[in-house]
Amino acid sequence: MAQELPKDLNQVSTEQVDCDLLIIGGGNAGCFSAYEAKQADPDMKVVIMEKANIKRSGACAAGMDAINTYIPTWDGKTPEDLVRWSRSQVGGGPIREDLALSNAQQLNQCVEELEEWGLPILKDEDDMPSYRGAWDVSIHGEQLKPIMAEKAMESAEVYNRVVATNLIMDGDRCAGAMGFGVRDGKFYVFKSKATIVSTGGACGLYKSYTSDGTASHHQTWMCPFNVGTGYAIGIRKGAEFTSMEQRWCAARTKDYSGPVDTVSVGFNAKMINAKGEYFLEKHYSHLGGDKAPRYIRANAPMEEWREGRGPTYIDTTHMDEETCHSMLTDYLNERPSFVLFLAANGHNPVERPVEVYGSDPYIVGGHTGSGFWVEMDRMTTVPGLFAAGETAGGNPNKFVGGCAAEGKLATRGAIEFIKQQGEVSVSEEQIQAEKERVFDPLFKGKDFDGLTPEEVKERLQRLMDEYAGGTSQFYRVNEAQLDYALRHIEMLKKHIPLLKADSLHELMHAHEVIDRIDVAEIVCHHLKGRKETRWPGFQTRTDYPQRDDENFNCFVESRRNIETGEIEVFTRPYERIVDES
Amino acid sequence: MPPRVDWEKCDGCKAQDEPLCEQVCPGNLMTLNKDNKAYCRPLRHCWDCMSCTKVCPVGAIETRMPFQIGYHGAKLIPMVGTNSITWTCEDIYGNVKRYRYKNRIED
Repeated sequence: MAQELPKDLNQVSTEQVDCDLLIIGGGNAGCFSAYEAKQADPDMKVVIMEKANIKRSGACAAGMDAINTYIPTWDGKTPEDLVRWSRSQVGGGPIREDLALSNAQQLNQCVEELEEWGLPILKDEDDMPSYRGAWDVSIHGEQLKPIMAEKAMESAEVYNRVVATNLIMDGDRCAGAMGFGVRDGKFYVFKSKATIVSTGGACGLYKSYTSDGTASHHQTWMCPFNVGTGYAIGIRKGAEFTSMEQRWCAARTKDYSGPVDTVSVGFNAKMINAKGEYFLEKHYSHLGGDKAPRYIRANAPMEEWREGRGPTYIDTTHMDEETCHSMLTDYLNERPSFVLFLAANGHNPVERPVEVYGSDPYIVGGHTGSGFWVEMDRMTTVPGLFAAGETAGGNPNKFVGGCAAEGKLATRGAIEFIKQQGEVSVSEEQIQAEKERVFDPLFKGKDFDGLTPEEVKERLQRLMDEYAGGTSQFYRVNEAQLDYALRHIEMLKKHIPLLKADSLHELMHAHEVIDRIDVAEIVCHHLKGRKETRWPGFQTRTDYPQRDDENFNCFVESRRNIETGEIEVFTRPYERIVDES
Repeated sequence: MPPRVDWEKCDGCKAQDEPLCEQVCPGNLMTLNKDNKAYCRPLRHCWDCMSCTKVCPVGAIETRMPFQIGYHGAKLIPMVGTNSITWTCEDIYGNVKRYRYKNRIED
């Protein structure tokens, strides 16, 4: 509804909410965090801060067509097997096997809870979950998000349409978060004994190749409203980050960024190039061919294009109409408008193959290993701040089931922390300073010669695309490009005080671009830090084209020095816990 | 870029404090104009998740492809039932297909 805008800071009211546990972001992980808290202690006061409306927010807003990790224990598969598979998806590591194993031990129960709550999991003729790959079960998940949200709403007080802007600190300890209501224009202060950050990952650091010359600026696979806020609020408090160079670049349907695994894995459609060659089979059979790790599958079509063998497709022409109908039903559960895209191009996949291309890169720690460095209790290096889902690093391939499990694990860690640490106190000064910072773009005045969030975002996205290994560069990057990118990120940071907003919606965009700049900066530092090529596509260094196990079979880490603002880059060793076989 | 609102059909969800499309849009994009008709703030910011299209109680919202990526005349219309959803898709040549499935297990 239209809202009278405040004219100065005195007209902005502040609402303070005190709670035991604050969850920033009511998505997949956050909903399970809230549910777990209520199970553990019904008297605990749990609050969810949600940028959208929890019923349809974030990456799962449109739905989902599969749970990508559910362990078929009845076939003798174990959590260790899942860790081995996850490790193989990132070329043998590094991954945090401690985190991965503890997660794998929890995730089946989460998937079973989703089914109890009403999620349809497809069954085979023996009434067992219907698998379309080694670990992925098919679902009709159009209602996945409302189903999770209903449980979260029973378990927590949900503040919808509140944009998180920064953490509150009590000394070195996180004591909650602040933000503003994008509908009511209030400044919100959530004071909490422990905080879980589960905002989802970062989309829109890089330009999507459809954003030029089309009326679709948000033609992305990952939710474009997940902008990396969860990472940014941690970066600004000096939290340690891991593996931010392991970007999620995925093979997606061209021009529409629809999922491809639905087709290639579930319906046995192989990738094919302009010469009619099954190129994954031809060049990557030693790595699994069409079942090769995802970074290979994302990079391979881009390599075909670069070599002049594009367009590239997934070959759907072997399907009969009935199978195709079933495939399109899958799409309707996850990315319904892709079915419209096919119809708008008069495209029947039975008659012609579906075009495939690499997506713009995302930072999504539920998929790759990017995110906060966390301990086993899922606490970040900032005491009192826990991470779950896409924000938690080191443990890739979590997807829906794993993000749910991690939400629970973070809550358990938070409860223990609260027991030991108790109350927090926060200074009025930091609250006032944040309030001024947050609303500043709104009070610039109409004659102010400033910048719109959109133009700053576009400058960042083009910079990252061309100088930090976006699709226009076929994901490839070198040291000189990264130095160029960092020089301009420094310039963009200097322009932040010029941001202006003429509505609360624009104010949200202003903070989104500030967050994206902070995340983009450490992504560049991580890409610089890994002087080898470990996951071509996810991470390709043209100046260090070989894998260097001697020096880089380890995690690349970063931390902003909050005194100097410098990003410090270092490494941590990789520990293998789960044996081969 | 998508939601196209038929202002003949849209009644601004009179009975609700906030219209349903405005409630659900994950990007905070849907809102009402001064005549209480829904519109999408910048069309280019839409993610095409179709949440607004599915939730509209009077079927006033249609998700459209921008012409730069899809030709004119295709339609995908959801009909939300109790524990099920039915989609009707018409391609640019007039071929119509229907997809119906359960989206919730009944209690």
